[in-house]
Amino acid sequence: MRFVVRRLGVFLFTLWAAMTLNFFIPRFMPGNPLQALEARTRGKVSPATLQDILSSFGYKPNAGLVPQYFTYLKDMLTGAWGQSVGLSLGQPVRDIVFQALPWTLGLIGLTTVVAFLLGNVVGIVAGWRRGGALDSWLPSTLVITANLPYYWVGMLLILLFATTLNWLPPDFNYDPSIVPGLSPGFVGSVLQHAALPAFTLLLTSIGGWILTMRNNMITTLAEDYVRMARAKGLPDRKIMFGYAARNAMLPNISGFAMSLGFVLSGSVLVEYVFNYPGLGYQLLNAVDNNDYPLMQVLFMLYTIAVLISLLAADFFMVWLDPRARAKG
Amino acid sequence: MKFASLVNNRKALAGLILFALTVLVAAFPGLFTTDHSPGIIGTYPINLGPSTGHLLGTTSYGQDIYSELIYGARQVLEIALIAGACATVLSVLIGITAAYVGGIVDELLSLLTNVVLILPTFPLMIILAKYAGQSNAVMIIVLVVTGWSYGANQLRAQALSLRDRDFLEAARVRGERRLYVILFEMMPTMTSLIVANFLGSALYSVLASSGLQFIGLGNTSSMSWGTMLYNADQMEALQSGNALWIIAPGLAIAVLSAAFALMNYAFDEIGNPALRPVRRKDLRKARKSARAEFADPANAENAENSEKGAGDVEVLADAS
Repeated sequence: MRFVVRRLGVFLFTLWAAMTLNFFIPRFMPGNPLQALEARTRGKVSPATLQDILSSFGYKPNAGLVPQYFTYLKDMLTGAWGQSVGLSLGQPVRDIVFQALPWTLGLIGLTTVVAFLLGNVVGIVAGWRRGGALDSWLPSTLVITANLPYYWVGMLLILLFATTLNWLPPDFNYDPSIVPGLSPGFVGSVLQHAALPAFTLLLTSIGGWILTMRNNMITTLAEDYVRMARAKGLPDRKIMFGYAARNAMLPNISGFAMSLGFVLSGSVLVEYVFNYPGLGYQLLNAVDNNDYPLMQVLFMLYTIAVLISLLAADFFMVWLDPRARAKG
Repeated sequence: MKFASLVNNRKALAGLILFALTVLVAAFPGLFTTDHSPGIIGTYPINLGPSTGHLLGTTSYGQDIYSELIYGARQVLEIALIAGACATVLSVLIGITAAYVGGIVDELLSLLTNVVLILPTFPLMIILAKYAGQSNAVMIIVLVVTGWSYGANQLRAQALSLRDRDFLEAARVRGERRLYVILFEMMPTMTSLIVANFLGSALYSVLASSGLQFIGLGNTSSMSWGTMLYNADQMEALQSGNALWIIAPGLAIAVLSAAFALMNYAFDEIGNPALRPVRRKDLRKARKSARAEFADPANAENAENSEKGAGDVEVLADAS
């Protein structure tokens, strides 16, 4: 119980720290939404009018830092996220977020889960067949692919499959000429548009999972309980999955939780390269246009996503591993 | 950790060679190209294909891609090495201090480490880089601020496991000062983890700084691989058929990060022999000894003795 309370304490503290950072960084730095808006409207609207527009959207530069800070904290937590003062001036931030969220969750969330599952299976087999064909060339290759600049891989895929072969669309999330709905044409278009970014992510993220799983597997296979299982004459499949892999996967759970948590924020560059209108793309928009309200909400959501998945991993670990239960 | 063991490991050797090559190019760019002031707009005709005069062609601004690539190495390497070193120093200081001093100091430093670890790093980097101005110094600070926590956590864990060892107790009994014990007794035993950490943060710095430069948050007037990619992307090099402008700088980034990654992974293998690749020769030997053991338990002892020193063979025999 003490363990859980401590963990929760750390998480709440982190959330507070993230929100505070995100409040102060843009406000202490040069440049403000007023100037950005002036630059964008190219002086056609008078500064006083712009100021009026901004303050009606919740931007109050003259209100003093401390009151602003407390209003900000209250608004963030109660869901009063205000309106965008950036590209889509006046649109509620909540709408922007909920439009972008499903695309990011669908594309990057699903790819992360697939990469984890597939990577673990390959890692289990590679570690089990130590010295086999898979095991001898795989590690060196994966060390390199896992550390490629993934946005560049995305560009190469666009070059190959979109520009040269013309098989798949290079950007956006669906064909705007199709009316969104549960029609086969729309679903197909969505899948087509997701193919290249998903493949990019899969290609660059699977290597890490395979390598860690292989290495864990090798370490676990040397344990006495695996020897014991062999001595009992259990079938290979049972030893491989029920004895070795099951234990070898434990250290991967928190890594998986981390990467699930970073789903919302971790693939900004992929969304940028493919012009995929998810949350990462919106962050770049917000930063480009000094859209504080949007930026603040996005950063808070990114942090909350990490915290929730870590918390879930903690409970999952306790459920999976009796040793963690004893410690807690 | 001997130098010989690094050279004997194929991955380490490959990484070392790639790294040395980049260092050479970064240190003496003049040796590799005849264009000594690349990057000036309009020096050459635009969008030329590769030829003997322009090995990789020219950009839409009329710059020679190959010379830009050569002269861009220094920036990336500088950022990677300086940011990697600073982040490592910070993780060593925080990690080891937390573990060695313990108590409330440990609580506070661990809390700080965990908070930084959980914060969404890349968005934070974007926001910091955007608002703190776009220079290499800012880039390095951003990388250090966001990149030290993972190493600090690892180093703290290892330092904790060392804390009650006899040799440290001996130093304390001798009346050595705390700083001396940490710097001259504790740190040397952790060298390989520290080096691995440095390689890891240098790798992270290469990828993260290039990523930031690619979206235009680096020093756009400077010449570096990420900035080249940014310019190429802005000029739609993919659509206009100038693919080399995209391929070349990305490949350079990939090579440098592969160098750091290979060396880093090799460190793991050297530290943990079980992970090393299995040579066919060893595999046959292990199978034979396993069969011998099965056929004649009395001889097994000899077979086992002859295998001593090959740490992975036993694991092998188990798995095969």
